[in-house]
Amino acid sequence: MKPSTLPAPAADRPVALDVEGLSVDLRTPSGTVRAVDGVGFSVRKGRTLALLGESGCGKSMTALSIAGLLDPVAEVTGGSVRVCGTDVLRLDGAGRRKLAGPVLSIVFQDALTALNPVQPVGRQLAEPFRIHRGMSRRDSAEKAVELMTRVGIPEPRLRARSYPHQFSGGMRQRLLIAMAVALDPDVLIADEPTTALDVTVQAQIMRLLRELQTERDMALVLITHDLAVVAQRADDVVVMYAGNVVETGPVDEVFSRPRHPYTKGLLDSVPEHAVRGRPLPAVPGSPPELSAVPSGCVFQARCPLVRERCAQERPRPVSVSASRSAACHFSEELDHV
Amino acid sequence: MSDTALTGTTAPDPRGPGAAGSPPLLEVRGVTKAFGHGRRRLTALDGVDVRLMRGETLGLVGESGCGKSTLARVVLGLERPDSGTVRFDGTDPFALEGKELLAWRRRVQMVFQDPFASLNARMSAADLISEPWRTHRDIVPTAKDRERRVRELLSLVGLRESDAHRYPGEFSGGQRQRIGIARALALDPDLIVCDEPVSALDLSVQAQVLNVLSELRERLGVSYVFISHDLSVVRHVSDRVTVMYLGKVIEHGRTEDVFDRPLHPYTAALMSAAPTLDVSGQALGEEIPLRGEIPSPYAIPSGCRFRTRCWKSEARCAETAPPAVTREGAADTGADTGDRQHAALCHFPLLAGERGA
Repeated sequence: MKPSTLPAPAADRPVALDVEGLSVDLRTPSGTVRAVDGVGFSVRKGRTLALLGESGCGKSMTALSIAGLLDPVAEVTGGSVRVCGTDVLRLDGAGRRKLAGPVLSIVFQDALTALNPVQPVGRQLAEPFRIHRGMSRRDSAEKAVELMTRVGIPEPRLRARSYPHQFSGGMRQRLLIAMAVALDPDVLIADEPTTALDVTVQAQIMRLLRELQTERDMALVLITHDLAVVAQRADDVVVMYAGNVVETGPVDEVFSRPRHPYTKGLLDSVPEHAVRGRPLPAVPGSPPELSAVPSGCVFQARCPLVRERCAQERPRPVSVSASRSAACHFSEELDHV
Repeated sequence: MSDTALTGTTAPDPRGPGAAGSPPLLEVRGVTKAFGHGRRRLTALDGVDVRLMRGETLGLVGESGCGKSTLARVVLGLERPDSGTVRFDGTDPFALEGKELLAWRRRVQMVFQDPFASLNARMSAADLISEPWRTHRDIVPTAKDRERRVRELLSLVGLRESDAHRYPGEFSGGQRQRIGIARALALDPDLIVCDEPVSALDLSVQAQVLNVLSELRERLGVSYVFISHDLSVVRHVSDRVTVMYLGKVIEHGRTEDVFDRPLHPYTAALMSAAPTLDVSGQALGEEIPLRGEIPSPYAIPSGCRFRTRCWKSEARCAETAPPAVTREGAADTGADTGDRQHAALCHFPLLAGERGA
């Protein structure tokens, strides 16, 4: 296991996931584009880290490369991903499969496509126990029912024989979570786990995730575009824009005093604090296409602080306090904007 | 059954205290709509009342399957209600035919959720915006006027005049939604139904589109029915909020009243479930956990339809339909059209200051 080097809160916990300089290239018909550009962060056991960003910012691509599930058109071109000390990018398929489940696991956004439509859910939930633990059909089926009970599926013994389409969206998400935590992984990645759900069900699912996390002492990576989910459920946040990390730090500090103009723009544009009837402070423009990410700062086209240096030189993430970093040349000016 | 038990006690009297002045632009009373027959009969709307004044925005909230979209379709005249009345500026749109119906349709328009699916990719922005004029021929009769009007509409929604000849594929999501809005405005409507208008957009772009919508309201006096699952958005744009649950309006009132002092336990739970940006950690503690999920609309619970998930439910809730309870809204906050009615359907409404308030 990697010794703790960062002076962060809860620094005594072991680092479960450590990503450094991760880059992913995407081959498109019009050429290769960089979807993830030197992304780095680490999560300790029992902590929740949110990867926050808009569609196309590379947050899901980051998650998929950690899990080794990238589409063939995408390729990891650099960096390292250490899960409990093992660099998973250097592993072959067989080595990966050994880790998938007992060490690293992922909950997908769309439960209907992630579950096998032609197999009863009980059998799908039993699969990890049969493959990784070599359990018998009967024992693994029992384990599946146990799991279904744990995640709050009513009448689990009966429902184990149902097919995915016979469950509601919230229940399907519970099933996916059950499958992901079946083998007590050290790291759980949840890719927009509640996006398609109603708020009341969303709250139930987030509560379930948190309970399981505490119970099993998992490191949780929460991928989301929802600022409020981050505010309420995560300890630390990594803000991504156009494939780059623009800001990192503990959620309460980042949200109360953002150090990157993009983070600040996002927070300001949320209607929650705005006066009704007044225009919202919107970020002008829209995120760049991956093929047209500018060479300097990725946010320059929409930034209120932009000046010449931003076009010439891409800002590196620099530490702005003990536990925070931001990639902006002029982050100290943010208080006056 | 629950359907009949409500007669007599239903709905807040629209001519209650404070309801004075001009008649409402839209008045929906006791509208019921069911689909299918026998055991597969789904009651999508069950005695729904909605009122909207000219220039106002009505927020419509509720979980999926609560009937929001069916109500929107009724308001647009796309779905004829089984019973109940719809009055638009005093006339019943479902009684109209021919030319009169066409003239009425012009007055109610729609902005759709997904600007990637709702715009024909093979039509330029100008074609898309001017297409409604091919049906409504008298609005902008000459080609020259049309060209001028397209340019006006483009600049009204914050696009450039030169964008007229570009195609949807060349625009970003936010820009496409602006085209959708310009198209809805082309017929100079009195009411625009917005069904989740920003939920398909990038986070940093949502605020821009919300600003366009509220600016148009100021400048053109258009009214909105605004459907959204994002409560912070609804709170920002709406004057009045209607909360639906399984086909019924269970609470309605002015935005501040409904959000700050909800009467119905469901409203309180919905508000508390929506995560907020508050990082102090206090908000989490106030969350009201709801049991289970929304019941199937094929089997609506007897009595109060929310009782299966309600923490306050007692025997009475299963037996009789809940009565309408009202509370005088808080003092005037300035611009207000007078209707301060705040009402809910509940046996055990929340007291001011109770959990969730």
